[in-house]
Amino acid sequence: MRSHSYHQSKFFNSSKWFTGSLLSAKTGISDYFNLAEENQRLAEENKRLRLQLFSRKSQPSSPSPLNSTYDITHARVIKNMYTSPRNYVTINKGREDNIAQDMGVITPLGVLGIVENTSNGFATVQSVLNTKSNINAKIKNTNYFGSLQWDAFDYSVVQLVDIPRSATLTVGDTIATGAMSSIFPEDIPIGVIQKYELNQNQSSYTIQVELFNDMANIKNVYVIRNRDRAEILELQKSTDNVE
Amino acid sequence: MWNNPILLNGLRFVLLVFAQVMIFNRLNVLGFINPMIYVLFFYWYPIKTNRPLFLFLGFFIGFVIDIFSDTMALHAMAGLTVAFTRPLIMRFCFGGNYEFQGFTFKNTTRTQRVTFLLLLILIQHIIFFTFELLSFSHILLLLKKILFTSIFTLLLCVLLSSLFAREVD
Repeated sequence: MRSHSYHQSKFFNSSKWFTGSLLSAKTGISDYFNLAEENQRLAEENKRLRLQLFSRKSQPSSPSPLNSTYDITHARVIKNMYTSPRNYVTINKGREDNIAQDMGVITPLGVLGIVENTSNGFATVQSVLNTKSNINAKIKNTNYFGSLQWDAFDYSVVQLVDIPRSATLTVGDTIATGAMSSIFPEDIPIGVIQKYELNQNQSSYTIQVELFNDMANIKNVYVIRNRDRAEILELQKSTDNVE
Repeated sequence: MWNNPILLNGLRFVLLVFAQVMIFNRLNVLGFINPMIYVLFFYWYPIKTNRPLFLFLGFFIGFVIDIFSDTMALHAMAGLTVAFTRPLIMRFCFGGNYEFQGFTFKNTTRTQRVTFLLLLILIQHIIFFTFELLSFSHILLLLKKILFTSIFTLLLCVLLSSLFAREVD
């Protein structure tokens, strides 16, 4: 659900060996200053996941991680920028860890972005705070979906556009990733509705979404690989060719 | 060693790039201010220049910072423009005689030097942010960014330039 515009250079970006190792050496030092806080956050996440696990035990049909459609790789952020209109995050995993372009990246709290470039040991991620970013999202527990964009004004607020007029919206509703994307699994949280209004031609809503993530403070992320993505894309391509 | 201009400027180049990408790109003061202190390179560079080399260095310092911050060509563009306009700004600030043999920074007033620095910073910031946003609907955001980042960069550059002031020029 996104068009490649190659606004980031393929050859000169911060995922390359020299820049990557320098940035990661720097992060190696500065990480020590907020270890306690980061531990706390990961512990909170563990707690949340434990609770989900306990409530699942009664259901025998819970999928085992081995035959799941998604692979998850853990990575750490070595460069994060959120002041530019086109922000990229650099992480410390790359091709050698099976990271490839167009994989989704999430944090314990919500969606972060999509992998754009990779080198052997590093990757750059196009953050949701990027005017080129376009992620399929929906209002949770409904099937109204639209695309998530950013207007470059506020790094804690993104915009969800193309939600049809017929949807009933409430401030505070959760926005999550939609099922139309082969990048993210469905229902990964993004943020809550802060306010909404009809767009210029009164046909659909433009929703201001307040992100769950504090984009200024991101350390541990998970890269998601959809094993079915190649198959889905192949199928869609062959369908398009017939038309 | 300090009298060898190649070594001195090479060292400045490397240190300014490091300071910019490791420290000042991550300051995020008030959530949006990242001062661009590498403009000091253009401020400190010798007055009598080999112009093509200076233009190339201006481009290159921006380019290296671009690679680190994934802002492809924006810093390079700003750096090149600053390098290109520097003789003009110098003539404006120090008068026509800056090209003569005897001219040094020592016999300029503080106001002249700060004006020189301010103009370099303004040109760099205007080019950088205009092309970064590249949109008329963000004009207020653009002005806000140019204004506050310029002020902050100017403050830091004045401090840094007096901190690393050289006795002999």
